[in-house]
Amino acid sequence: MNLLEVDNLHVQFPTRSGTFDAVRGVSFSLGRERLGIVGESGSGKSLTGRAILRLIKPPGIVTADKISLEGENLLDLSERQMRKVRGQRISMVMQDPKFSLNPVMRVGEQIVEAYSQHTRASRKEAKAKAIEMLEAVSIRDSERVFRAYPHEMSGGMGQRIMIAMMLIPNPQILIADEPTSALDVSVQTQVLSIMDRLVQERGMGLVFISHDLNLVSAFCDRVLIMYGGRVVETCRADQLYNAKHPYTQGLLNSLPRLDTPVNRLQVLQRDDAWMTDNPQLDDKPDDLTQPHISKTDAETP
Amino acid sequence: MNNSNASASGASTITGLRAWLNAEVPGSRWQARASAWYHGWLEFKSNRLALLGLLILIALVLIAIFAPLLSPHDPYTQNLSNRLLPMGSEGHLLGTDSLGRDLLSRMIYGARITLYIVALVALIAPVAGLLVGTVAGYLGGWTDTVLMRLTDIFLAFPRLVLALAFVAALGAGIENAVLAIALTAWPPYARIARAETLTIRSSDYISAVKLQGAGAFRIIVKHIWPLCIASLIVRITLDMAGIILAAAGLGFLGLGARPPSPEWGAMIADGRRFILDHWWVATMPGLAIFTVSLAFNLLGDGLRDLLDPKSQGK
Amino acid sequence: MSEINHVRNTDATTSSTPAIEIDNLSVWFGHGHDRVDAVKSANFNLPTGASFGLVGESGSGKSTILRALTGLVKTWQGTMRVNGHDLGKKRSKDFYKQVQMVFQDPYASLHPRHSVDQVLSETLSLHKFKNINDRIEKLLTDVGLGPQFRFRYPHQLSGGQRQRVAIARALAPEPSILLLDEPTSALDVSVQAEILNLLTDLREEQNLTYLMVSHNLAVVGHLCENIAVMQNGEIVEILSVEDMRELKSTHPYTQNLLQSSLGFVREEC
Ligand SMILES: Nc1ncnc2c1ncn2[C@@H]1O[C@H](COP(=O)(O)OP(=O)(O)OP(=O)(O)O)[C@@H](O)[C@H]1O
Ligand SMILES: Nc1ncnc2c1ncn2[C@@H]1O[C@H](COP(=O)(O)OP(=O)(O)OP(=O)(O)O)[C@@H](O)[C@H]1O
Ligand SMILES: [Mg+2]
Ligand SMILES: [Mg+2]
Repeated sequence: MNLLEVDNLHVQFPTRSGTFDAVRGVSFSLGRERLGIVGESGSGKSLTGRAILRLIKPPGIVTADKISLEGENLLDLSERQMRKVRGQRISMVMQDPKFSLNPVMRVGEQIVEAYSQHTRASRKEAKAKAIEMLEAVSIRDSERVFRAYPHEMSGGMGQRIMIAMMLIPNPQILIADEPTSALDVSVQTQVLSIMDRLVQERGMGLVFISHDLNLVSAFCDRVLIMYGGRVVETCRADQLYNAKHPYTQGLLNSLPRLDTPVNRLQVLQRDDAWMTDNPQLDDKPDDLTQPHISKTDAETP
Repeated sequence: MNNSNASASGASTITGLRAWLNAEVPGSRWQARASAWYHGWLEFKSNRLALLGLLILIALVLIAIFAPLLSPHDPYTQNLSNRLLPMGSEGHLLGTDSLGRDLLSRMIYGARITLYIVALVALIAPVAGLLVGTVAGYLGGWTDTVLMRLTDIFLAFPRLVLALAFVAALGAGIENAVLAIALTAWPPYARIARAETLTIRSSDYISAVKLQGAGAFRIIVKHIWPLCIASLIVRITLDMAGIILAAAGLGFLGLGARPPSPEWGAMIADGRRFILDHWWVATMPGLAIFTVSLAFNLLGDGLRDLLDPKSQGK
Repeated sequence: MSEINHVRNTDATTSSTPAIEIDNLSVWFGHGHDRVDAVKSANFNLPTGASFGLVGESGSGKSTILRALTGLVKTWQGTMRVNGHDLGKKRSKDFYKQVQMVFQDPYASLHPRHSVDQVLSETLSLHKFKNINDRIEKLLTDVGLGPQFRFRYPHQLSGGQRQRVAIARALAPEPSILLLDEPTSALDVSVQAEILNLLTDLREEQNLTYLMVSHNLAVVGHLCENIAVMQNGEIVEILSVEDMRELKSTHPYTQNLLQSSLGFVREEC
């Protein structure tokens, strides 16, 4: 069975003149795999992740036919049961790591607290574990970082601290929202290999939201491409470079490349048709149409 | 603006105004502000209890303004032959007190005093607290140490005791009582404001305005205050109940409003002597204090939901 | 202290006064047990109109160099010069008209209770500009945000949209030097391309000088001519982008960085 199934997810914000549809009918399923989500800034990637955890606050409205975690519909759970799910079964690394840390509490305290919420470890054990976690995400002077406040951390350190905290409860699903955007490649590799191990060895499901197409295509198994609140294409990650949708191709073309310098980068020409229907629909309906069809494709990664 | 050219008929002016307030893309800064207020109001309105609190307070203000018109009798006229009349007796809806003065009229006039106290304290205490707290928090160093030690000194005394000491030194009277309460009320606000300032001070958005050449004064007033004020307003409305009670307490002890003036606390003190036989004399002003305090608490809760940046999503 | 490769940098500095000169700069935080030497004796120069990249390990002091330059960090030692003027502990208003910075984290760099309009109009009025309305509209279109975003608050914007507001704010005073701290890491590649093109255009039009931090070597390679590689607070190597493309580096850390950014992760999957 799939770990997570999302069916026809909508997120709306009532605005002054009608509602703004930030996410419009996203469906996908997640097995014990690495699922990448890429797409334009503002296309609803973060909101999809937050909606799964039911973290969208009013006035935002979340509707879905189903968001099921191992067959249990998350939409039916009470807020209290949901809190359990959030900590222990699904974790999310937010896009804004430093914002999600408590600014007046030392980094170490926060990790220790997160850890002791899930295990009945003594303080000393918790501290040792926290330091171990910090070292696992290759933070150099973990002892100092343990005593530091969040604002004393560099951008990448904040991100790694967040990742360390989210991995502590050993979740079944990790939703990582641009977890490595501030990391240099060597640290990135390290962090990714931790996540990779969890997927391979413990059968965790990973939703990996990122802007980095190269990274996603190398690291993930499957990729969803989002545009304007919808999934416009689903494909195998290693096939990303052969993607059909003009939007995906536009994305790939606008990448700067180290080996072939250009004077100006190609800019994506947006097409209003992408927002509604798919121009390529007739060519290859299986891959590109409504997301519930792409789900069948999803079953065979 | 758009609404001015809406047709003369009332209904279409209102829909025009609403459309203007609801515009997805406001045309001007002014319109953006107006519609932000309008939407804040809509959200506030959906909280029934907070609305109730607000209505009670508006009623209180109206009663205070129109006291001479509303009260059936002069609150100071004594009539010893009519003393301690029960509720519902002729001409005295809530009865009379031990000197035969009409209780209803006294309570109506008492609203003025209560409002006076509330307004003065609300003007002095949070402003002083905000100023001290944000300056201490933002500048840090010596300024911080000195200002915070000062705050600690004030915090170390229980409020009523300190107020008593002040009143004893300055002499009894409503102004002095207010001053005493205000002086004892600001330290917690300074604490809150400082704590918030400390977390705000090191954030990138403050660094960003520094890079525009903004000075400390501008940063404190335009960037730090807006973030502290929300939690302060909430704190004040929630504290207001306590402040009214403190004023009433001082009145009750004979250190606040002087005897003939119809201050609610003093009225309770007066009625206390007859509480067993003539319970309404003390109970009615008590109920008034209770209602107003409750109204402030309800309002405070509503404002917290509205103003707290954390509840707005990130 | 490792030797620093100055060679390629010197030819540019000889002619006119460089836009930025950093000489033997050290920056530290805290004291005693918790002291961190975030930057250790850094040296580099940027001629006017140049574009210089800082890359390196996370936590190696890249942002700290920018913050010291703008006066946000006070605990430093050494010499920093901007357009030939020595920088002291205080920065003048004039300085901020010349030098602007885009912060790394778009979530932290916008005031939560100020709308986009407020942010930009305050910046413009602090720098005493006239016709603020038109300028705001122009800035927003420049960074690819429509007028519908003008009165939004940060919590109503996505990460990339916030970063574009931050870039607009930095461009508002029309500075001659821009310090960019990972300006595009929160942006998707299509917006990244637009911003990079915008930066290229601005540089051509106004002869701007860029000092850019990024961990994305392709982005640095696109915009910059020279890069400095940092590790653990030290600049371990300065090399030109051509050399970087041809993997001609001498320091093992740079080698490692270049290798892994060309064909990384693949091997481990
Ligand atoms: N509280 C809100 N009110 C109104 N609109 C919102 C709100 N939160 C988000 N949005 C809008 O919803 C859209 C999707 O936002 P989301 O944060 O999911 O984007 P994203 O795909 O994660 O983009 P990025 O890559 O830039 O982070 C954006 O256009 C944003 O402006
Ligand atoms: N305010 C501060 N107080 C104490 N230490 C700090 C402070 N700011 C930064 N540091 C420390 O200085 C070092 C360098 O930080 P800096 O932000 O310059 O890194 P960076 O190179 O920008 O890394 P990243 O790529 O992750 O953003 C880090 O070890 C960090 O913990
Ligand atoms: Mg996002
Ligand atoms: Mg940094």
